Amino acid sequence: MSRPVLLETKNLRKTFEIKGRGVLTAVNGVSISLHEGETLGMVGESGCGKTTLGRTIVKLYRPDAGQILYRGQDISRFSRAENLRYRKDVQMIYQDPYASLDPLSVVSTSIAEGLDIHGLYPGKARRERVLELLQMVGLNKEHANRFPHEFSGGQRQRIGIARALAVEPKLIVCDEPISALDVSIQAQVMNLLVRLQRDMGLSYLFITHDLSMVRAISDRIAVMYLGSIVELAPAATLYKEHCHPYTEALLSAIPLPDPDAEASRRRILLKGDIPSPVNLGPGCPFASRCPHARPICREQRPELREVSSEHFAACHEAG
Amino acid sequence: METSSHLLEVNDLAVSFFTYAGEVQAVRGISWYLNKNETIALVGESGCGKSVTIQTVMGLLQSPGRVTGGSVRFEERDMLGLSAKELRQLQGNHMTMIFQDPLSYLNPTMRVGEQIAESYRLHHKVSRSEAEARVLDMMHLISFPEPERNMYAYPHQLSGGMRQRIMVAMALICNPQVLFADEPTTALDVTIQAQIIELMNSLKEKLNTAIVLITHDLGVVANMAQRIYVMYAGKIVERGSAKDIFYRPKHPYTWGLLASVPRLDADQSRDFRYIPGTPPDLLNPPKGCPFAARCRYACRACVSSIPEEMAFDSEDHRASCWLYHPGAEALLAAAERERGMQR
Repeated sequence: MSRPVLLETKNLRKTFEIKGRGVLTAVNGVSISLHEGETLGMVGESGCGKTTLGRTIVKLYRPDAGQILYRGQDISRFSRAENLRYRKDVQMIYQDPYASLDPLSVVSTSIAEGLDIHGLYPGKARRERVLELLQMVGLNKEHANRFPHEFSGGQRQRIGIARALAVEPKLIVCDEPISALDVSIQAQVMNLLVRLQRDMGLSYLFITHDLSMVRAISDRIAVMYLGSIVELAPAATLYKEHCHPYTEALLSAIPLPDPDAEASRRRILLKGDIPSPVNLGPGCPFASRCPHARPICREQRPELREVSSEHFAACHEAG
Repeated sequence: METSSHLLEVNDLAVSFFTYAGEVQAVRGISWYLNKNETIALVGESGCGKSVTIQTVMGLLQSPGRVTGGSVRFEERDMLGLSAKELRQLQGNHMTMIFQDPLSYLNPTMRVGEQIAESYRLHHKVSRSEAEARVLDMMHLISFPEPERNMYAYPHQLSGGMRQRIMVAMALICNPQVLFADEPTTALDVTIQAQIIELMNSLKEKLNTAIVLITHDLGVVANMAQRIYVMYAGKIVERGSAKDIFYRPKHPYTWGLLASVPRLDADQSRDFRYIPGTPPDLLNPPKGCPFAARCRYACRACVSSIPEEMAFDSEDHRASCWLYHPGAEALLAAAERERGMQR
């Protein structure tokens, strides 16, 4: 990929101490890079650490180890001014549009909050900017003085998007932005995100559990399991030539809206649940549920390595 | 059609909610049936009346909701005329239900084994140890890990998938004839969803339970249901076998629903298709076809009068749409040309 790298994580690790039980490893040595104008899909099931990864990137959590580089610079060494700049450039859209807006503030206040903090569009321009943003996300100026409870779920998500866009970010971490919405509303919000990216050259880190939605918008997709990236590839490659057994199981678990195809399809049913991320043992995180696990898988954690051009997998069996 | 052969039969059922704003006509004259040992699906978006329908059938409809017309027959019983006591003998015994969010339906202060046993002990005169043995059998049947230990667990100690298994066990312990499943896998991860679908399909065979599935996920429907009813704004707009609905859909709403599912097995553009607009306000339902306002093929007749149900290739495949009226031939041809191009 020729576009310059915007953000990079190197061996990023985030753990949480749980009193009396040990250490929960949410993100276990994740290295990813995100290019300008690119969408990187981050896919995984509940508890795999994808949200923690997103939150660490927007500096809601401080990593325990590893680095986050923004345009090549370590964000933990940023000065106050650089930090403010980073927090402007990197925005987040949250999963629950009901919980992420202040119920006591009118929409224009919520959208303009970032403008005030960063001193953008002062004076008269502020109001105009808010109206422009509302229009950008498909709402209109009458909506500016309403409260969040007066909107539907899809409209609230549009407000969340307008708020993220207000400060002209470069990267938006989208944390399950559509999973709380009805199917037809999901498509509308997705189309909006795609259009905004095209118009503004945004980069997205798109966190989701929905493999069929993320396919169409991502340039590359990373699959996460128990805090680790197990496979990373260009979107089309991941769906056609995936080589990690977890990716395979994940893809085969998605039911197709096609009874004949379903009847003839071979499905890999994983046994049991995702193991607890508390006090992780050595070895491959997927070994306990993997149909192909060998003794080495339980002892040694496989590195993420390139199995073909741009296609990475962390599996002793792969490639 | 012999009416007596169906296990469960709903005829022209209408349910309204009497609110301060007025009468919300949530279900507006729908008819469907369920045979022994089959799975049917009621499919539609939020607010189409699918959950209200099964709540009514199970006798769980609460004020301000009221049945305003139609009938529900289960075996030979008129469900709507039963006393509270008679209903209680059916609920949890002959008819049971599993819900979308297991955590909010399980009692957080009670061990899961006891919760599974509860309805069995209520409906059968058995001792505590007999009930416990039955619970263990059930947990083995659903391949619950370590049942001897986990029957003493509390819901918060189990994962989402395990909690949904507990719900399945609770629902099936009395060996019911009908199981209502309201979005049973929506809250679960895909690999766990696949386990629960497999579990429900295999239990249906083992226990001879008929299933009424409610969901908006057409992938889940394709995996479970033999027949499908498509609901929109309180009405059934199309019904047929799974193959009829997936391969030979007739109603423009069904077309829209199918087109808006992102397909994993097909290359896709960055343009997500959806049905523009929103469903009608059921405080004030439209005079004509409920879908007319969002339908790109709608004509004047659609707005002014409700279309008759038409039968297609088989007696069981029916749709209510003016496009199939002999007078609308040209319109139908244009619509089918356009759909052909989209695919």
